[in-house]
Order: sequence, then structure tokens, then C-alpha cells
Amino acid sequence: MDVMPKWAEVALVPLISLILAAVLSALVILAIGEDPLEAVNLMVTGALGSTYGWGYTLYYATNFLFTGLAVSVAFHAGLFNIGGEGQAMLGGLGVALACLLIPWPHWSLALLGASLAGALFGAAWAAIPAFLQAKRGSHIVITTIMFNFIGAAVLNYVLVNLMRPAGQMDPATARFPDTTNLPTLHDILAPLGIAFSKSAPANVTFLIALLACVLVWFLLWRTWLGYEIRSYGKSEPAARYGGISPVAITMIAMLISGGLAGLMAINNVMGEAERLVLNAVEGAGFIGIAVALMGRSHPFGVLLAAILFGFLYQGGAELALWTSIPRELIVVIQALVILFTGALDNMVRMPLERLFLMLRRSRA
Amino acid sequence: MGTDDTGGRQATAAPGTAPAIELKGISKAFGPVQANKDISIRVMPGTIHGIIGENGAGKSTLMSILYGFYKADAGEVFIAGKRTDIPDSQAAIAAGIGMVFQHFKLVENFTVLENIILGAEDGGLLRPSLAKARKSLLELEHEYGLNVDPDAVIQDLGVGMQQRVEILKALYRQADILILDEPTGVLTPAEADQLFRILDRLRTEGKTIILITHKLREVMEATDTVSVMRRGEMTATVKTSETSPAELAELMVGRKVLLRVDKTPATPGPVVLDIKGLRVRDESGVERLKGIDLQVRAGEILGLAGVAGNGQSELLEVLGGYAEATGEIHINGQPLDLAGKDAHGRARRARGIAHVPEDRQREGLIMDFSAWENTAFGYHRDPGYQSGLLLNNARIRTETEEKMARFDVRPPNPALAAKNFSGGNQQKIVLAREIERDPDLLLVGQPTRGVDIGAIEFIHQQIVALRDKGKAVLLVSVELEEILALADRVAVMFDGTIMGERLSAQTDEKELGLLMAGVAA
Repeated sequence: MDVMPKWAEVALVPLISLILAAVLSALVILAIGEDPLEAVNLMVTGALGSTYGWGYTLYYATNFLFTGLAVSVAFHAGLFNIGGEGQAMLGGLGVALACLLIPWPHWSLALLGASLAGALFGAAWAAIPAFLQAKRGSHIVITTIMFNFIGAAVLNYVLVNLMRPAGQMDPATARFPDTTNLPTLHDILAPLGIAFSKSAPANVTFLIALLACVLVWFLLWRTWLGYEIRSYGKSEPAARYGGISPVAITMIAMLISGGLAGLMAINNVMGEAERLVLNAVEGAGFIGIAVALMGRSHPFGVLLAAILFGFLYQGGAELALWTSIPRELIVVIQALVILFTGALDNMVRMPLERLFLMLRRSRA
Repeated sequence: MGTDDTGGRQATAAPGTAPAIELKGISKAFGPVQANKDISIRVMPGTIHGIIGENGAGKSTLMSILYGFYKADAGEVFIAGKRTDIPDSQAAIAAGIGMVFQHFKLVENFTVLENIILGAEDGGLLRPSLAKARKSLLELEHEYGLNVDPDAVIQDLGVGMQQRVEILKALYRQADILILDEPTGVLTPAEADQLFRILDRLRTEGKTIILITHKLREVMEATDTVSVMRRGEMTATVKTSETSPAELAELMVGRKVLLRVDKTPATPGPVVLDIKGLRVRDESGVERLKGIDLQVRAGEILGLAGVAGNGQSELLEVLGGYAEATGEIHINGQPLDLAGKDAHGRARRARGIAHVPEDRQREGLIMDFSAWENTAFGYHRDPGYQSGLLLNNARIRTETEEKMARFDVRPPNPALAAKNFSGGNQQKIVLAREIERDPDLLLVGQPTRGVDIGAIEFIHQQIVALRDKGKAVLLVSVELEEILALADRVAVMFDGTIMGERLSAQTDEKELGLLMAGVAA
């Protein structure tokens, strides 16, 4: 029998983890002589108090959704893909090439083309570690993390030597043509009579990310391919017995995973920067791991976790702007959340399980 | 098995002696599961006491409490009449209790001597400890007739020898009470005989032995008294000489049990499975199958006997389509393309081969998946279960409900995860999946390992029913009893070869046991 009811497993454990992280963060803020309540207030109003704040929160959340889904899909196949960072970087290269080389007549076509290119580049970057794992047994954790560094170096080279317009100082591509500029949430919501901040970067990609959530759920729980991926992830001997090819599933799961990470680039590169700059991913690939862990690798959980981390990112930025709380402390707070929801999961889970057991026994 | 000395099988203790072990009112719950309920037993010194019960009856829990792995919720333990607390295994050892686990706890690349002193070294230096241990080990070996080379490396020793090392380990720690958990599971009949001779000797020397087993025959042959456990409770403690296997089985299960398989003589038809010159190498290049020739006909059960690890598992894996091999396999006269298009499990299923794997928890089922998800496993790409990219979840669910009803799976809840079913019900789920596809050939590995007696009866009936429908069955089991009861023909494997084939009506355990040990009869 499962010890805890499903709702406790899905909602209560992360919630308590989160509260613990918040309490500890409050103590840290107190220790440096700031008011934690004031800090919370600032974060909430900054991230959720205006459509401007929401625009940023959702923009970050979109990034984390893609990388979180990427980690989740691989995780269901029992593969720990921590190369989301590199795959998203290369996705950016694909998006930039698609936007710069092809004269798109309309943003919708550009979005389609750039999505394809981004996913392809991300998938290709995941394919090499996947192949090495499937055929040679090289551990995917090691290879994907190394490919993050290789990816950064490749991008550095490409931006400095190949794609930088002549005479430009910073290592970035030229600005993408106007026809590739994606509509922001402001543009989308205005015809509906909803006023949304003009300057916030959240754009149509958020909707694509929601669609990706649904598709990933559909893939994993409604198709035989998802069934095979989950089987392989749960038990490799069973998968072999069932006639499921470990090589094929490793490759397919990692290609999908890399493709999702690469798709992130349509948000940050095409939707926001509108050109490819160095370090465009800004750690979203790694946050994706925390998002997947906290969301239990379920697309819906990933969605909630991505929004939470979007809030932390935006709220943290506001905090750094308006208080003397240093930027580094924001990272500490985010790290605490990751620590409690990811690594220290059992610390909350075990006592809760015991509690539920006691409740059940006293009722019996 | 050593039946020659039944005369000396009376408890040697005089009336009035304190029992070597006495448990009073032991209870232990794991969450909602009451593993032990108010259990009391007395074991007199110098006797062999059997504890018998189905899987999950609470035998192992009780022994774990005695050995300090678990703390009882209630109850008391008395050792030699003295109330003793056993908070951990150190305390158990100090109280003179030694445990021989089902899965040996030996360091494979250490010598016998090194294993024996492990955890019982004197001081920080190894040499003096080893020298001292060598001396006492030789004394022990002499005293109990347990001959083992102290300098042999464990991995070079056979299973029977390794078990002796475990017993010596306990004796070296001055155990007066020896608990053996399913000790014969990995032994050949001859090795089991030797073990029981050793136990007999130990008893004569005044040691007290608790033998945990689910094999009725062992209890009948080796013990003085026997306690039966059912669902966490001690249902009876009887003198072995005053009971019978049928009575014990009934006490274990709680109802009358058919101990023999009811079947008519086989009427073999045409050859379904034809294996010629099959060879398999494992990853390290060792040849595990050395040219196997084997035939199974329609309407017969071929039992493949042998001690675990002699190539039976490899043979099943090759036939099931997930291990590489060279040689020829024909199904219904048609060759299998071993390296090419038939080299995976789905192709084998399409050719009418169903497979109930030896290790259902590792291979046969995905423990985290629900029963209905497991019911489609391996067949999930068949038309009917799959349409396009989609899996036909609704249909699989309905079929699972039907199968669960037909195979009496309890609880009949298709949404429950496989890990939440008992061993017998897990096996029924696998069996239902494989048999209901109406295969031409059924491969069954260890069909009743870890399965309770009640379910064994049912599973055996299903296998025989499939045979009676004119299907071929290849049965692999390490339980000779099961092979003899179920199979029409027996082939014995030893070291990757077939040592011999016999009709099961014309052979016995002794002859098969010799073949299993590699002695050509």
C-alpha cells in the first residue's frame, strides 16, 4: 500500500519543503539586518503585483518549463540529462541561423521554422552523449555536463568569429529581422481588451510551452512510445524482456529531451533578445533540473514549479533592486528552495509518512 | 535425505531444563500490516526446531527481531531462561545467537579465514587475529566435522561450502543457537543432505538450531519440533513425529491443500521447439551454454532441472529473445533468425513464444506500474492494444479486469501498482498475461518461487491446463519436487550442457540429483 494519499504526495510534500526553505531564507535575511516580511512583500508585489511583474515571471517560467520538461522526459527513461544548458545554447544557435538566413514573410512561419531549428540543434547536441551512453556505456551525467562546456566554447567561437557583424564590439549576432519578432503577451491580450504591460518580455512562446506540457503528458501516458520510455526508465531488465530496445529508447528519449531544451531558445533568443548573445541561457538549463525534481517529472508539476522559479527569479531581481540585500543572497534563497524541494525531499517525506501511518493506525 | 538416524531425533533436554530460547507475546507491526501477532515459542536446547509458513507469514520478521534487526512492539525474549534485550545484532551475537542468511553475507574475494574474522578481529593488527582464528577454526572444523580450507577464496568455493563458512562464522562467534533462513534454496539435494548431517552433528554437540523453511519435506526430515506460522500468527507448535506433511500444509494455508499435481499422462504431438547446438557467451567471454540440443513437443511439459547458475537462465533468455546466441532454434519447424529480425522479445512473441521469466520482480513486471499497465507489457505493440501511436488504455484496462477475475488475482484492482500485490498474485498477473495470449510454447522459469502454497496449486493447474490444450511447455525450476510433480519429461542441466534426459515417471530425486551434480549416471 502506498503510505501517503496522493494529494499529500503531490501537494503537501513540496509545500512543506517550500515553507521550510522560506523560513530559513527569512532567518538569513534577518541575520543581515533586513526585514523578511518587507522582503516577501517586495518579492510578491515585484513579481506578481503588476502585469509587468507577471510578464517577467512568465517569461522566466517559459524558459524553465522547456528545460524542466527536457529533464523530465529523460528522467522517465531513467536518464539524468544535465546538459539542458548546452542543449538550449545550441538551440539558440539553430534559432539564430533560422531567423537570420531565411527571409520569413510572417512571424508565425518564422516561429515554426525557428522552433524546428532550435529543437533540431538541441536534439543534435543531446544525440552525441545519448549515442555514447547507448552504444559505449559512457555515463550520460558525465557526458552531458561536459557537453555544456563544449557547447559554450562552440558558441563563443561561432559568435566571435563567424556570426558577429563586422565592426560590432560585443560577441553577438546581428539583430533578427522585424518579421521574426514574436508578439508579446501585450500584443496577444490587447485585442481581447486586456491590458498587459508593453515592456515585459513574456511572449507567445509561453503558449507554446503550455502546449509542450500537454504534448509531453500525452506522449508519456497515452502513446506506446511513452509507455516504452517509462518501462525502460523503471526497469531495464524488464524492458529487455519486453522486447524494448535500450539503444532505441535511450536515443529517442534523449533526442526529445534535447529538442525540448533547444526549444527554449525561441523564448529567450527570438522572443526576448531578438539576437543571439553569449550566455543567453543564463543557467535556465540547470534550473530545469530543480524544476523537474520539484515537479516530480510530471508536466503539470513542472508547470507549477516553473512558475514558482519564475517568481523567485523576478522577485529576487526586484529585491536586489530595492533593498540592500545583495544579489548573491537571492541566489542563496533560490538554492535553499532547490535544496529543500530536491535534495532534502526525504527529510520532509519521512516524518510525513510516519504521521500518515499513525493517523491510519489510530483510525483502524 | 538423512533419514537413517530418526531414532536419535528426540529432544535431548531433560524436563526442567530452561529453554534455549523462549519468546513471549512478540508483536510487530509495519504500518497497517501486523507482521507478528502475539507470538510465543519455546525451543529446548539441543533440538532442531522448524519454523514453517508461507511467504509473508512473518517468519523472517520474527527471526529479524531475534537477531536485533527489528525491535518488537511488544513481547519478551528469554535466552537460556534469562530475559534478554536484543537491540542490535551485536547484542544477538553476545547472547550466543548466530544467523545464516539465505543470501550469504561473505566478501567474495576474501579467504575463508578473512571472512570468519571479519567484524570479530582482536585489536588493530590483522596477523595475530588471523593466527588465532586459524587455530580455533581448525578446532571447530574438527569438533563438528565441517571441513573447509581456511585459505580458499570464497568465490572459488561452491554454494554448499560457502554455507559452511557462514555456519563456521557463527560458531566462531560462539553461537549456541543457530538460525538458518531457507538454507537449502541454493543447494543440490546432495548438498542439502550434507547440510542436514552437519545440523544433526551440531545438535548432538548441544547446539540449538532454528530452521526456517517453506519446504514441508525438510521440516519432516530434519526437525524435532515445528511451529507453523500463518498471517503473522503462530497457528501451532507440534512434535514433528506426531504430524504429517498434509496436516502442516493445512495449518500453513488454513484449508486443505492438494500437494500433488493432478494430471493425466501426456500425449506428446509434433515438435514445437527444436534447439540444436545452442551456444551462449556472457559479457566476460565465458561460455554459459555449451552446445545445447533440446526438443519440446506439443502437449508435453519438459522440466529443466539443475542447480541455479548452470545455464538454465541463459537458455530462457535466449529463447525469450534478449540474449545473443549461436546455433539453431526452430519453432514449429520454422527457423528463428537469432541475430537478425527475430533478435528481440516482440518477434519471439509474434512467433508464439510466451515467457514467464524467472525473476518476475526484475523482468516480468514493472513494479511501479499498475496491474493494467503490466498486463500489456511485451504485447503493447500488438494490434488491439496499439492504434497508431496511441496505446488503447481503455481496452487494456477492461481485459485486465477479465484476466484478474479468471486468474483470481487479489485484490482485483487493475489500478493497483504491481509492487502492492503478494508474490503469488504478482505471478498470477504475469501468468495471465502470457497464457491468455494462447502461445504455442510457454517458457516458465521458477513459476512458484516466493509464491504461497495456495497459489502454487493454482499456478500448477494453469500450466497443466495449457499442456492439455496441446501446447508445449518448457519449465525451469530449481525445485526438484516441482519438476517431478509437473514435468512429463526431465532434462538436467549442468555447467551449460544437458547431462541427461529422463521420463519423470521413470526417475527419482536421487538419480536427478546425481545428474545435477554433474555425475553422468
